[in-house]
Amino acid sequence: MAARTGLVLLFFYLVFYCGFVLLNTFKPEVMDAVPAAGVNLAVWYGFGLIGLALVLALAYMWLCRSGPPKKEDRR
Amino acid sequence: MIHETSFLAVSIFALFVAVTLGLSFYFGAKARSSQGYFAAHGQIHWFVNGIAFAGDYLSAASFLGICGMIAFFGYDGFLYSIGYLAGWVVALFVIAEPLRRLGKYTFADALDAKFHSKGIKLAAAVSTLAISVFYLIPQMVGAGVLIQPLLGLPHWIGVLMVGAVVVLIVVTAGMVSTTYVQFLKGSLLVLFSTVLTILILKRGFVADTSSEAMTPQTVTRTSSGDVLVNGQLLGTKPGEGQLRPVGHITKLPGGVAATGPVGPLEFFSVLRESEIVLWRSKTQTGASGTTTTYLPEPTPGDEVLRPGKIPAFRGIRGEALAPKLDFLSLMLALFCGTASLPHILIRYYTVKDEIAARKSTVVGIASIGFFYVLTLYMGLGAMTSGALDVTDSNMSAPLLARSFGEFLFAVISAIAFTTVLGTVSGLIVAASGAVVHDLVTSFFKIELADHEKVRLGKFAAVGVGAIAILLGILFQGLNVSFLVGWAFSVAASANLPALVMVLFWSRTTKQGVTWAIIAGMVSSLGWILASEEAFTKVYGLSADAAWVPFSQPGIVTIPLGFLVLVVVSLLTQPKQNLQT
Repeated sequence: MAARTGLVLLFFYLVFYCGFVLLNTFKPEVMDAVPAAGVNLAVWYGFGLIGLALVLALAYMWLCRSGPPKKEDRR
Repeated sequence: MIHETSFLAVSIFALFVAVTLGLSFYFGAKARSSQGYFAAHGQIHWFVNGIAFAGDYLSAASFLGICGMIAFFGYDGFLYSIGYLAGWVVALFVIAEPLRRLGKYTFADALDAKFHSKGIKLAAAVSTLAISVFYLIPQMVGAGVLIQPLLGLPHWIGVLMVGAVVVLIVVTAGMVSTTYVQFLKGSLLVLFSTVLTILILKRGFVADTSSEAMTPQTVTRTSSGDVLVNGQLLGTKPGEGQLRPVGHITKLPGGVAATGPVGPLEFFSVLRESEIVLWRSKTQTGASGTTTTYLPEPTPGDEVLRPGKIPAFRGIRGEALAPKLDFLSLMLALFCGTASLPHILIRYYTVKDEIAARKSTVVGIASIGFFYVLTLYMGLGAMTSGALDVTDSNMSAPLLARSFGEFLFAVISAIAFTTVLGTVSGLIVAASGAVVHDLVTSFFKIELADHEKVRLGKFAAVGVGAIAILLGILFQGLNVSFLVGWAFSVAASANLPALVMVLFWSRTTKQGVTWAIIAGMVSSLGWILASEEAFTKVYGLSADAAWVPFSQPGIVTIPLGFLVLVVVSLLTQPKQNLQT
């Protein structure tokens, strides 16, 4: 259960991380856009990735809160 | 710049060192067994371990290197922050719990839990030693950089002092003292970085329109050995000169002279509409000596806040493919590297079980992530502080602190010093654990009593410390964050394929694991040594002479590690597997 949940959350984060890296690599001018509060996308996306890591980490802890993994759940 | 030695700074620095060593001696009695020495008896509380993760991970590269890179070039340094933090997601979701379950002292324990192979132990031990030494270089360079302005001592003495203090910490109480030094350092670093950021926001921005702020500066090293600054002998006496501090805004939005306090988002919006002076250097060598000219370059704020300004990343705004691959490769290595660093992995053995490992990683992500958000404020705050040393990006954070007063400078410098201590001590514990457990007892099969393992671990710590000191002196002058990028590439290429496949692919064999580690390590190290960066910055040769098309190896060598593991494992399947 914990292993499967971890992989799903990792994949979810990876999509956002890859989006960030690929945009910076092949379309860096997109990062100049100013979506809100006079702050550009580069800063918003960077802060967003850091915040998302924490949100997913807390979600993982909540989803796996039921105690130590049982033997059959172990990888 | 000539940095005057501050009595206050020296006093606080001495206090920090005394507290650190006091902790080590206090815990010395608790680390007499090898379980205590190498893994703190597995009894560290998950919260303490989480903050110690931050103390272990937020190295000189994170604090000095990233802040310096942002202060000199803008947003690009923050890309390292993002990559470093993202790697923790891999550690939490993939590595943390199985590693805690399978291992005891070193990450090789987890790799080898199923196989009991001497080959895996040897390959993993060599990889741990290589990565630890690679990672130690930038930490020791950072130590030398700090000591110069703080105590007015030469670089090599700073490196020697750090080496000596760290070896003492590790030798007295191993992982127990290392954990509490890292906990102390992690807490202080996050706390005082927050204080610094609040002060930056409270001060706001001030425009400097003086002609002096825009005047080029020169440093000449004459063939007779003298150093001339702006045509005068370097010094503080009458008739002598030194470099002016730099880091100014020339135009603020609306033409105002000062903004007053700004909010956390307003900080970026004001900066984006301002004009900031960055500095570029040009070096010429003639008969009379070598002259470096530092030229002011007024730059629109929106350019500072976007990627592609630093020379290493400039290629992402061009058409050529190689620089883009270089950038992709670095970001891949940062993502994969964290969960492959031996000194981070061994922290999982200091907590009691898998749940504690999970919880401590979440605490680590929270504290490390928060710190990395602050790096953007601190770096940009330093860029506009009027306090930078144009010759040394690594000093940006302490000099930013000095612009708020001598006390904060003293505290931040001392914290930066403990930053080095915390990371280096973790690296030395990891390296000495690899020597004792993986090499001596597992590979060479030498039977040792428990107290002999501890004694050998201490000897190994002294040996690794001596190597670190030597390399720290040899590599003086390189940007510390840049060097850490290489360490991540080697770790990700050598260790991650083996770790992931052992956990998730049942057909993995011991030969596959061994050859994946060797292939990843040799190919990534070879690539780095043959790269343009190594040719220009280490060997002093022309960039055209480089043997590989881009500098960062990860995009080639990480998949290569996986490929080698899969191919070798398929070729070496046990007979019963082949029959089914």
